Amino acid sequence: MSSATRTISRPRRFTGAGARWVPYAFIVPFSALFILFLIAPIFVAIGSSLFTVKSSGLGFGGDSAAVFAGVENYVRALTNSDFIASFGRVLLFGVVQVPVMMILAGGLALLFDSSLVKAKRLFQFAVFLPYAVPGVIAALLWGFLYQPAVSPVIQFLASIGIEANLLAPGTVLWAIANISIWSYTGINMIILFAALQSVPREMYEAARLDGADELRIAWSIKIPMIWPAFLLTTLSSIIGTLQLFSEPAVLKTITPNISSDFTPNMAVFSAATLGNNANLSSAMAVILGVATLVVSLVIMRVTNRRNGASRDA
Amino acid sequence: MEPPVTLSTNDNAAPAIDSPVGSLLPAAPAALRPRRRPKFGQTSASDQHGRGWMIAVTVVMILAALYFLVPVYWLVVASTKSGGELFSTPGFAFSEFHLIDNLVNLSNYDDGIYWRWTFNSVIYSVVGSAFTTFVCALTGYAFAVYRFKGRKIVLGAVLASLLVPGTVLAQPTYMLLVALGLNNTYAGVLLPALVYPFGVLLAYIYAQSSIPLELVEAARLDGANELRIFFSIGLRLMMTGLVTILLFAFLGSWNSYMLPLLVLTDQTLMPLTVGLTGWNQSSITIPGLQILTVVGSLVSVVPIMIVFLALQRFWKAGISAGGVRF
Repeated sequence: MSSATRTISRPRRFTGAGARWVPYAFIVPFSALFILFLIAPIFVAIGSSLFTVKSSGLGFGGDSAAVFAGVENYVRALTNSDFIASFGRVLLFGVVQVPVMMILAGGLALLFDSSLVKAKRLFQFAVFLPYAVPGVIAALLWGFLYQPAVSPVIQFLASIGIEANLLAPGTVLWAIANISIWSYTGINMIILFAALQSVPREMYEAARLDGADELRIAWSIKIPMIWPAFLLTTLSSIIGTLQLFSEPAVLKTITPNISSDFTPNMAVFSAATLGNNANLSSAMAVILGVATLVVSLVIMRVTNRRNGASRDA
Repeated sequence: MEPPVTLSTNDNAAPAIDSPVGSLLPAAPAALRPRRRPKFGQTSASDQHGRGWMIAVTVVMILAALYFLVPVYWLVVASTKSGGELFSTPGFAFSEFHLIDNLVNLSNYDDGIYWRWTFNSVIYSVVGSAFTTFVCALTGYAFAVYRFKGRKIVLGAVLASLLVPGTVLAQPTYMLLVALGLNNTYAGVLLPALVYPFGVLLAYIYAQSSIPLELVEAARLDGANELRIFFSIGLRLMMTGLVTILLFAFLGSWNSYMLPLLVLTDQTLMPLTVGLTGWNQSSITIPGLQILTVVGSLVSVVPIMIVFLALQRFWKAGISAGGVRF
């Protein structure tokens, strides 16, 4: 590292080109913000989660003070069946929504990469367009399409004899999944498509000379070549699932079937606002953060191992 | 960009399909061959299957396009209706044209609070993303061009922070902002958004691949100071990547919901996302708000779509550059 420093700064040391403080000056703005708004909040959350507010007087007097509570908030969070249920809910959500979305995105990307699609730009634009609609607005929009009084979809279904209630207790989770699929298939498709476009075309020519047809090329060359990009997008989708907040929070206003702790993040939010318990909310946020971290690391572990295995094979 | 390489080289097996009849009646050849519905993931069909596949794929594409476009189409149609027609007329059909009235009502409601929210969203997104991009550019450039003590540690911290989910930080960030007295201020929403580790990594990757160190050396020999080199060489060569970062940062701020919802209680500081969902909530008791929410949603979405379309050359290139390296 230090030898590299010397290589760069050698030519004109005294012009100030290699002054030691220069690189630090470049990274100071980011580092300061990074410490203040990324590192510090982590410590704030952990710190706050270890305390609890006890009022020493009777009732609402100003005599409340934060006292050290150890793991009390964590115990409260983890024994709160609604909070635990919210994890189960987003897990179920992720198990269905992420594969559906990734298969859709991957399939569309493969189609766009093939020569079979006419008016490629137009269709790509259509698939990507929802990404330009903010998640909150997408939820508002679909919210209207889910309400029987407004929705042409439900009215149409009713006219052919199907009474659809997309906001019922059993269906509302999938109504949210649909919004996520609608919103994020486009960006995943674009990323996978970009990865496909960067595969050297000569590989296809070579495979074709060997007698492979297009399906075989897609299966044996294209998919393995974009596998890293596929894993990356899948991983970030799973992380996104755990963070689910905007869509259910917006739909909550039009259906009683979404509770205020429907997802872990909503539970964090409602503990801080409705419950007015910042300490409990912090403990929940820490649990959610750790859960996300563990899930990410496990996925990376598994995929790394699999990549290693396929390389050996 | 997309030459139909495969199509031109492999036509030998399908002379019958490409006959004039085939092109006049595109459905006929499809009927002649065994119909295999294209499944996702394996649809890059052999060209020998020619037209049949082409039609099947086109059908799939049209269905996909319908799914992705219909809600937006509904939004456009609904925005032209009056509040009553929203409920009384078929959803996908235009009725009487009330778009202008709706826009007037949107502008007048609550002394034009909607445009205040728009202004706020623009401040948060435009100012925020400009600063974010600049900070990312500075940092990524430094990582790529300099070797300094602690570089690996900072870079490692940036990488590790990618695993820290943003919305988990919202609540503690809010507590921090309260402690700093920044809740209910523009700064309270703007400052946390400036930390964009993924942008720093993108800038680093971009700087690494697009700034030749020899050029930096040459500039130094010519007597340019480091800041000058950054502005006149670094920024310029990184431009495509920076536009990508700018776009994603812009979109991130424009979509941001949980943090502003926590931080802001003053209506006049809210961005569109928070304001519009507030209207949506109130529309349960104030019926006229429903149509305003619809029109407001449409108006808020249109500028983003235009920006994205206009700049797609940049962000697509940026995604390729980022994606290849990851």
